[in-house]
Amino acid sequence: MTVELLLQTLLSGILFGLVYALVAIGLTLIFGVMDIVNFAHGEFLMFGMYAAFWAFALWGLDPIVTLPLTTLLLFAVGVAVYRLVIRRITDAPMLSQIFATFGLMIFFRGLAQYLWKPDFRSVDHTIVAGKVAFAGLQFGLPQVVAAGGAVLTTAAVWAFLRFTRLGAALEATAADKEAAALMGIDAQKMFALAWGIGAACAGVAGALLATYYPIFPEVGSTFILVAFVLVALGGFGSVVGAFWAGILVGIVEVMGGFLWDPAYKMVLVLSLYLIVVWFRPQGLMGKA
Amino acid sequence: MRRGGTALALLGLAAAVAFPLLTTRVTWQNAAILMMMTAQLGVAWNILGGYAGQVSLGHAAFFGAGAYVSTLLSVKLGVSPWLGMGAGAVVAAGLGVLVGTPCFRLKGHYFAMATIAVGEIVQALVNGSDALGGAVGFNLPLGETGFWGFVFNRSKLPYYYIALGLLLATVGVNWIVNRSHVGYYLRAIKDEPDAARSLGVSLTRYKMIAMILSAGLTAMGGTLYAQKELFIDPGSTLSTSLSIKIALVAILGGAGTLWGPVLGAVVLTAIEEATRIAFGGTGRGTDLVVYGALLVVIAVFQPSGIAGLFTRRAPRPPAPPEPEARFP
Amino acid sequence: MSAPLLEVRGLTKRFGGLTANEDVGFTLREGEIMGLIGPNGAGKTTVFNALAGFFPPTSGTILLDGAPVEGLPPEAIAARGVARTFQIVRIFRSMTVLENVMVGAMLRHRAVPKAAVVARETLDFTGLGRRAHDPAAQLTVAEQKRLELTRALATGPRLLLLDEVMAGLTASEVQEAVELVKRIRDRGIACVVVEHVMEGIMPIADRMVVLENGRKIAEGPPAAISVDPNVIRAYLGEGYLAPGP
Ligand SMILES: Nc1ncnc2c1ncn2[C@@H]1O[C@H](COP(=O)(O)OP(=O)(O)OP(=O)(O)O)[C@@H](O)[C@H]1O
Ligand SMILES: [Mg+2]
Repeated sequence: MTVELLLQTLLSGILFGLVYALVAIGLTLIFGVMDIVNFAHGEFLMFGMYAAFWAFALWGLDPIVTLPLTTLLLFAVGVAVYRLVIRRITDAPMLSQIFATFGLMIFFRGLAQYLWKPDFRSVDHTIVAGKVAFAGLQFGLPQVVAAGGAVLTTAAVWAFLRFTRLGAALEATAADKEAAALMGIDAQKMFALAWGIGAACAGVAGALLATYYPIFPEVGSTFILVAFVLVALGGFGSVVGAFWAGILVGIVEVMGGFLWDPAYKMVLVLSLYLIVVWFRPQGLMGKA
Repeated sequence: MRRGGTALALLGLAAAVAFPLLTTRVTWQNAAILMMMTAQLGVAWNILGGYAGQVSLGHAAFFGAGAYVSTLLSVKLGVSPWLGMGAGAVVAAGLGVLVGTPCFRLKGHYFAMATIAVGEIVQALVNGSDALGGAVGFNLPLGETGFWGFVFNRSKLPYYYIALGLLLATVGVNWIVNRSHVGYYLRAIKDEPDAARSLGVSLTRYKMIAMILSAGLTAMGGTLYAQKELFIDPGSTLSTSLSIKIALVAILGGAGTLWGPVLGAVVLTAIEEATRIAFGGTGRGTDLVVYGALLVVIAVFQPSGIAGLFTRRAPRPPAPPEPEARFP
Repeated sequence: MSAPLLEVRGLTKRFGGLTANEDVGFTLREGEIMGLIGPNGAGKTTVFNALAGFFPPTSGTILLDGAPVEGLPPEAIAARGVARTFQIVRIFRSMTVLENVMVGAMLRHRAVPKAAVVARETLDFTGLGRRAHDPAAQLTVAEQKRLELTRALATGPRLLLLDEVMAGLTASEVQEAVELVKRIRDRGIACVVVEHVMEGIMPIADRMVVLENGRKIAEGPPAAISVDPNVIRAYLGEGYLAPGP
């Protein structure tokens, strides 16, 4: 095996890992703020992909062009899901929360099948088509753009949490709901915001993926499992942790498929995760 | 509640025993078998997930262990599936110990996620292994063999009564656990693990007991499934959606209650079958839409499960005081 | 002569950079009541956590009947006859009062009916008998603290560690609690009692140990402790060295 090939594989793993990370930070944000694991998170991604697809199929608009609209749309979907369902189970036991978001997952998948048929679809030409060469290596432009978009979005979320008043309020709510309430922060608003941002992140990932990935009602299932791993690996609630875990998992996945057997690449990723939580139950960057 | 519950259980039992006399429609019998198999899984899950509060979302691994061990033994070595059922239970219990050793250190969501990972690993390994049938799975030989061979073609009734028997046995194990010191300890661990330890309760030991019982019983359900369907593959016996469904049954009925998972299975299977029959024909996911929406509605309006409808609602602990003033 | 029931030597516990206990030592004889006092954050609960096995001390020895027990897990320590309560109550909320105490009793009596009898007796002893069949979550805070004490007592301990069981109680409730601790001692059970409120502990303690910033600053009979200048300074600050009220 050549060094180029190795490097090529490694970098394409990182490119994909960054998109994984973008799906996961939405999930981890929601978890961090309100201790709920959203099983329907992959479906936000799916909706993002379909939004991009239909804008393209109906009006010929490129997924990259409609990206801001997709983001807004998914933000609204996230807030709506919170308002209509999640708000009512905020204080319910963990078990019924699992039950509710799992029900949402089935509902959304069914809805997509009902509205858009269980077919595979794709956006067959986009402004980001083509290849880029870099130091003797070649990458698909859509993959590079998607990874770049994922990094930008992740950075934006991170900066939002870190440098804005609203972001600080969100973090305060995540750290201690009661204390945040005493400071006059409206927890309900923060929860809705977390769902909005979380869904929007998945929406961005979906729109970016739509430029090169097949679109179908169950597409979320592929991503949700990895997103769970990233959230647990990075530490529940840690955006930065999910980001690094995404890169790590992207590398392990391609290298596993490359050096061993593609059929077992998930085994490798999941085993890595189990080993990490065995030594650090709170994940790589989670608070103990 | 207690007397009403017993009466209800006896009534249900009588109805269950008499059910095949009421209808000979194969679809109904099939639905009833499915219901009881589902209930048995929920009851088995309940020992670990309900009483001990260790929410496993990887129970399909144990179910699959039961299905695969008995199938391999009977297909390759001609061993009776009844013995295979025992062997499967032992293998699953061993797998449970293997899973529990690292995972019991994890709490709440962390534990649930780790069990998903374990389930997915087992599924991927079987998927990739030719010796275990890979993604294609196994067909079990057809043909009536009588009781010892565990294949019945002429009528589905033997499966019905075996499923009922297995369900009752599983409920029986729960009942015994629940009334012994183990049951008290499991509930203590679920409520306040640190307090339980201060009273001399070893967390790993008792969680492990719950795991072994739960995994073993789940595997027995897996063997029954394999013998009834006469076909197994990773998708049908090892998937995470099966794991989640097992948990849902118990949660829907009321986790940590004796009869809750049975109620949950009855309701869930009824909803599933009804939506499938009513809307499934279109192939357009209408059944999923209705089914998913119903799950959400139940979770929102009956968070403690159906069994919660029958118990007196314990008053909630006083809510934390509202913030006095807001400083925007 | 036999070894003391409990002997603590050089107990030190660090959390990262923070030293919660430093070189704490004391001994306790069978059937003795020791008061462990000190201002907020002095390290009292940390001592309990080390004694009960909730985390191993950074260094130091804990001898129970002369045998080292530091580093043993809580369940092993409980089996050796040490029981504790928690500063923030940790009752089993899904159970009744009786069931809570039964879980304690099961340490020595695995059979459920026998555990129920023992639990019932213990509840009658601590005065909670009439609430036996109520859901534990319905108790008042004072009753919850008493329930925790009952549950610990039901394990049949020789040493009971009580962490602020009197905090937040009314004057008459404090009086009842004081009486109860005395009756427990009369059964031959040694007690270490952590309290902020000196009034609760002074009249019953055989001996007091005072912690400040993780260190032992005084030890002796209550009468001596209440006039010890170091203790008064720790509690009231420099300005109050004149004899207190
Ligand atoms: N698990 C822990 N991790 C980190 N620091 C801890 C931990 N437990 C206690 N501490 C710290 O150790 C110090 C002593 O705490 P401890 O709870 O023992 O005090 P205390 O005397 O019981 O106080 P109080 O009267 O408020 O109950 C405190 O500064 C506390 O913040
Ligand atoms: Mg304390």
